[in-house]
Amino acid sequence: MNDLIKSNNLPTLSKALVFICCLLLVIVLFVPLWQIQLDAPQYPEGLILRMYPHKLAGDVEIINGLNHYIGMKELFTKDFIEFTVLPYIIGFYAFFCLLVSFMKRRGWLLGLFIAFAGFGVIAMVDFYRWEYAYGHNLNPNAAIQVPGMSYQPPLIGFKQLLNFGAYSIPDVGGILFVLVGVLLLVALLIAYKKRKK
Amino acid sequence: MIIPAVVLSSALLIGASGCKPKNAGDATGSDAAAKVYVPPGKYDEFYNFVSGGFSGQVSVYGVPSGRLLRVIPVFSVDPEKGWGFSEETKPMLNTSHGSVPWDDQHHLALSQTDGVIDGRWIFANANNTPRVARIDLTTFRTAEILEIPNTAGNHSSPFITENSEYVITGTRFSVPMDYEPGDVPIESYKKNFKGTVSFISVAPESGEMNVAFQLLLPGMNFDLSHTGKGPSSGWFFFSCYNSEQAHTLLEVNASKRDKDYILAVNWKKAEEYFKAGKGTKRPAKYAHNVYNDETHTATSTMNTEVTVMDVKDFPDIVYMIPCPKSPHGCDVDPTGEYIVGSGKLAALIPVFSFSKIQKAIADKDFDGDYEGIPVIKYEAALHGEVAKPGLGPLHTEFDDKGNAYTTFFISSEVVKWNVKNLNIIDRIPTYYSPGHLSIPGGDTKKPYGKYLIAYNKITKDRYLPTGPELSQSAQLIDISGEKMKLLADYPSIGEPHYAQSLPADLIKEKSVKIFKLDDNKHPYATKGEKESKVVRDGNKVHVYATMVRSHFSPDNIEGIKEGDEVYFHVTNLEQDWDVPHGFAIKGAINAELLVMPGETSTFKWIAAKPGIYPFYCTDFCSALHQEMSGYIRVSAKGSNVPIAFSLGKNSDPDAAAGTPTP
Repeated sequence: MNDLIKSNNLPTLSKALVFICCLLLVIVLFVPLWQIQLDAPQYPEGLILRMYPHKLAGDVEIINGLNHYIGMKELFTKDFIEFTVLPYIIGFYAFFCLLVSFMKRRGWLLGLFIAFAGFGVIAMVDFYRWEYAYGHNLNPNAAIQVPGMSYQPPLIGFKQLLNFGAYSIPDVGGILFVLVGVLLLVALLIAYKKRKK
Repeated sequence: MIIPAVVLSSALLIGASGCKPKNAGDATGSDAAAKVYVPPGKYDEFYNFVSGGFSGQVSVYGVPSGRLLRVIPVFSVDPEKGWGFSEETKPMLNTSHGSVPWDDQHHLALSQTDGVIDGRWIFANANNTPRVARIDLTTFRTAEILEIPNTAGNHSSPFITENSEYVITGTRFSVPMDYEPGDVPIESYKKNFKGTVSFISVAPESGEMNVAFQLLLPGMNFDLSHTGKGPSSGWFFFSCYNSEQAHTLLEVNASKRDKDYILAVNWKKAEEYFKAGKGTKRPAKYAHNVYNDETHTATSTMNTEVTVMDVKDFPDIVYMIPCPKSPHGCDVDPTGEYIVGSGKLAALIPVFSFSKIQKAIADKDFDGDYEGIPVIKYEAALHGEVAKPGLGPLHTEFDDKGNAYTTFFISSEVVKWNVKNLNIIDRIPTYYSPGHLSIPGGDTKKPYGKYLIAYNKITKDRYLPTGPELSQSAQLIDISGEKMKLLADYPSIGEPHYAQSLPADLIKEKSVKIFKLDDNKHPYATKGEKESKVVRDGNKVHVYATMVRSHFSPDNIEGIKEGDEVYFHVTNLEQDWDVPHGFAIKGAINAELLVMPGETSTFKWIAAKPGIYPFYCTDFCSALHQEMSGYIRVSAKGSNVPIAFSLGKNSDPDAAAGTPTP
């Protein structure tokens, strides 16, 4: 009987890992989540677009200047509801982690993990949808029109768009975010493995 | 379970990071240095004349070393050389608007005989206040400037016919004609704004220019142009954009149509009509300035009429050929059969065939008309398209092996392709974003080939940084082999747009070393020190001065009164190679004079305040150059100090200091 009760509890190691996740998520609030690097022959210095939870940063103005030739919409932080909402969501998960690290039942951790992973998937889908609209809804009066061409940046990885090589990869925050997911999974597995014993 | 999960996610991230393609980097061959090094005492192979863009001047470089030999003042004043400051050169910059001290110099055309460069003159355009200049290649000086009426934005200029019969210019900014009311609403563009193509005749011996006749065309933007050769001799081809006839936000409004045009002009036929007296004489006002090497003086006259022919009245002299997306370059290959259109925003290069164009005209294979000008069917005129060459083609020149080289602004490269079979042979990056390229003889019947110079618009990190303003970059590329090789990279003055090169041997022996004093017909020339004098003419004073190593004659001048207009006519008496003398006066509101051996030049000075004014030679001429100076005494108004001038009359050494000499 005692074994059963114990095995429903969160092991200390799991709790420690979840607590670390809370700290990592707090860091994520202050560092860039994602980056898109742009390479072109006439930009030896390179161009970069960085996405923080609360704003766009990097060479946004230069990129906006270039984009208008091909009819892509200009990027402004204020146009994206994501930048208002993300800090709260990440804050929420940080708080959720903190809470779970003090909870007894491992069901909390399972709930946290599912919610977190679910959020990760929704975020990527949202990013893809936005990239699609951005690359396809072009201004019909644009100066440069290459028939059949669209400028959807890659979701992750490399893609050549006219004279620009676009390279979309996680930034520090993104890597930490994935690390949190991995750590939560590890914490979860530790908690549920003990049960089997 | 844990470990595979961690490994998998890390692998995904690393994998994504590893996909980024590497940069090619700039690769020069190991033998590049040897190919561009011109050892001390030896000469470059080619003279490379480069347009100065917003500097208004033409620069001369040696190729392959890339060394700057000279900057020829053309449309901008040059205080160093006294260009536009000396009384003799001021008339060169005269226009119907007044004296204009600057212009924007874009394109150059070397004179040709039978389609081959002959080394007599080089012609240069002024973009802003429409003018064409002729530069003498024996003195490397601007010999003549002719203003062009009924036009604006003289960008499509100057382009020369095979035997230098005509230098041809076109209008970039269509405007109401000078003889029509100009005070009209801007939105009446389609109705009131027109463009012209002007034919400037070039006198075969003297090179003297004259606007023979102008063709009146619908309002749009005319861009680059080249003459036909061989089979297409007697024809001229202009790229045209803004067929949308927009007058605002051209960036968007002139890029709407899928195809603009190449205007094919049968100039031989137009000339026949003109000679038969068919044009209409219109009142005009445009300056014609000529510099004479014997009087060392320029004269400016104002022309008052010009002959205009409306193409609507002469339906068989112009035709439109559709050309994709805002064409810029319009280049004719050495055989004269193929015409290459480069559409700035196009993703392909169309190549037209002259024989097909002729057949289409004969068969009346037209696709309607543009403002009354027949439009030939695109497919009927097309030889073929170069597919997926790069992004943003601008300009094409040719080598002596049937190949074409095109610059690509957006993808920052030069692409080599075969004119007949349209296959891409090679590509080479440029640093960064080239506008034009130049191959010696590359736009003539007999290109010399061997070198290609790409003139870029973006410099960024190519050279040591010099603050926010950087000079333009150019790359010298070896095109003698199958693959192109980067040899050298050098900065250039102003903003080069276009260049023309010729073999040094063609002109270097004819380069003038000195002006013969005996041939000097300047009205104020002084041919010996004994003739030097100072003469008063009312409130004007004429100083007849000479310069020789190492003194002026006279070098002490008195009797100038406050408010006098003093003209220093200085003659350089030297008859020796490379002994110029300079002239400057303290506080003068003027530049310096730089006078060549045997030449006379005039410096105008207003003696504003009484006092002593030193003058001196500014060009290091001799061991005692430092001693080459003099004094001018300016007396108060109403004083009775007489005009006195001397050389060598020094003060009496026995006279006490401070005691005035009688």
